[in-house]
Amino acid sequence: MSETDHHAVDLRGVVKRYGDFTAVHRTDLSIEEGSFLTLLGPSGCGKTTTLRMIAGLTSITEGEVAIKGRRVNDLPIHKRNLGVVFQNYALFPHKTVWDNVAFGLKYRKTPADETKRRVGEALELVQLPHAADRAPSQLSGGQQQRIALARAIVVRPDVLLLDEPLSALDANLREDMRVELKRIQHTLGITTIFVTHDQSEALAMSDRIVVMSDGRVEQVGDPQAVYNRPASEFVAGFLGNSNILPARILAREGERAEVEVEGLGALLATVEPQDPRPLARGETVKLAIRAEKLALSPAIGAEAPGPDAAALAGRIATVDYQGQVARYFLEAGQRQLQSVNAIDEHPLPEGAEVSIRVRARDCVILPA
Amino acid sequence: MPSGWSLIRLGTVLVYLFMFAPVAVVILLAFNASQFGAFPMEGLSLRWFAALWENDAIVRAFETSLLLGLLTAVISTTLGVLASLAMVRYDFPGKNLIAAALIAPILVPEVVLAVALLLFLGAIGVPKSFPLLLAGHVIFTLPFVILVVQARLVGVKREYEEAAMSLGAGPVETFFQITLPLILPAVLAGALFAFTISFDDITGTLFWKPGGVETVPTQIFAMLRNSISPEINALGAVMIVITVAVPLLGAALARWLSARGRTG
Ligand SMILES: Nc1ncnc2c1ncn2[C@@H]1O[C@H](COP(=O)(O)OP(=O)(O)OP(=O)(O)O)[C@@H](O)[C@H]1O
Ligand SMILES: [Mg+2]
Repeated sequence: MSETDHHAVDLRGVVKRYGDFTAVHRTDLSIEEGSFLTLLGPSGCGKTTTLRMIAGLTSITEGEVAIKGRRVNDLPIHKRNLGVVFQNYALFPHKTVWDNVAFGLKYRKTPADETKRRVGEALELVQLPHAADRAPSQLSGGQQQRIALARAIVVRPDVLLLDEPLSALDANLREDMRVELKRIQHTLGITTIFVTHDQSEALAMSDRIVVMSDGRVEQVGDPQAVYNRPASEFVAGFLGNSNILPARILAREGERAEVEVEGLGALLATVEPQDPRPLARGETVKLAIRAEKLALSPAIGAEAPGPDAAALAGRIATVDYQGQVARYFLEAGQRQLQSVNAIDEHPLPEGAEVSIRVRARDCVILPA
Repeated sequence: MPSGWSLIRLGTVLVYLFMFAPVAVVILLAFNASQFGAFPMEGLSLRWFAALWENDAIVRAFETSLLLGLLTAVISTTLGVLASLAMVRYDFPGKNLIAAALIAPILVPEVVLAVALLLFLGAIGVPKSFPLLLAGHVIFTLPFVILVVQARLVGVKREYEEAAMSLGAGPVETFFQITLPLILPAVLAGALFAFTISFDDITGTLFWKPGGVETVPTQIFAMLRNSISPEINALGAVMIVITVAVPLLGAALARWLSARGRTG
């Protein structure tokens, strides 16, 4: 029994080049059986290319793809037992909903009565049991997407691949479908690879997120890890709003490090226990602090920051009022900082002197 | 500017009149009871159509034309669909050159094409024959099929085929289950083009046909050289009906098919 036995998909040293252009750099990735993995990144970073290589729709320049431990590089897509859902649904326009969903069963030699039962169940699962006789063109976008999902899962694929399946839907529907999709994935326990450039989709749905940029994997981790402990400046900047500050290590002691931020002063930061970097005195780094972790209070009468935290003095330059929260643009030392704080009725006024509390656990040390 | 527009309208009407009046005359005279084609007509009759039916040479020419047209349509459409698939779905070296070569027969004057093929086959020692005639017709109907089918195929998203294959359908099954039904209207239109062009053709046919074989157009041509018989009017009328009715039927069929494709 090798350790890859419980992996639904393995990418080993996978590379995709188009001529001189490398769309996906050497990538290693394992996807656990039954888990929901998201490829997240900006447009053009190689998400679709990666997904299509797993599907067998795009050839692999170098490396190896294995599904359930079996190398599939030379296996054509129709023999890979996958379910694929496309951005624009791709329902067969000349077939009824029923024939669309039953399509894959035909090639698995499923007997007629079982086909009937399974198509019925799949339509039930996507909550469209009465749409069987309709044509795809008679369905709304959201309904078409459900049918596309039913068509993909009815064949009980080893892996379900979804390329921005929600991006063609309007905002409200997108959130409903997000919940729905997660429910179905959970019910079936089906290994799922989901592609999106929408960070909130990724955070809401995934067991694990792969953040990609320029054809490279920047970080792999569960949503909290990727959000709270970004591994690179790119990840910190791509998910949410972060302050990214140039800094230098002053001292390191176990999980604590003291850093000097240029033009701001000394701050405490947390080092992950598994972080392999030496982080010796004098090393230049970047410090990332999420905007919503910077807590503001009026400078007059501010409480002491408490242990493992620091208080910085600053002034509010601009307020961006957003209802529940306000985004503040601050001047502190010779730096500009962003802070997002919940507000009670009135935001702090522009020009106000404030105390900014920075906790050590919210400061993440990134490579320079 | 109403006056400008009405001038254009008048001009258009006159041009069409000039084009279609002779056709109308032929059809009218086909029903003339008299031996001599002159107006006013002396009475209506179907005798010239009956005479056609009894003229062995004409019936044979008709059979030849039909067979030639049908075979041309089948072969041209098959090759045209395959070529279009290659052009639209695959990348290979020399693709642009091949694409240009496939369309070229439309651009080259038919006489030049006809002579060229004849000289070429003469040079390699192949005698004139029915298959040669058929090959000629296929060569110059093929571009029409390719143009029509390619245009439609470009509009059929690759994702339909990819979805089918992801569900387990092999390339051949995907073609017959997904691609062909989606391009069927264009395939039928291409086949009809091929048939009517072949059925009407005279230039190439005159060069390529073996001795003793006549198609309807070459038969009419031969008859004209002897005398202007009223049978020719009747034959002309039949040709007109076929070459107009076949595309109309085809268009109706295509519209019906694509309507059915949209709604279920
Ligand atoms: N067939 C191709 N030939 C050449 N370059 C390609 C091809 N397909 C994709 N690319 C390039 O590869 C890179 C990655 O493309 P990919 O479609 O994987 O991006 P993506 O992350 O899915 O982006 P998006 O969010 O816009 O869909 C892009 O720069 C793209 O231009
Ligand atoms: Mg993409």
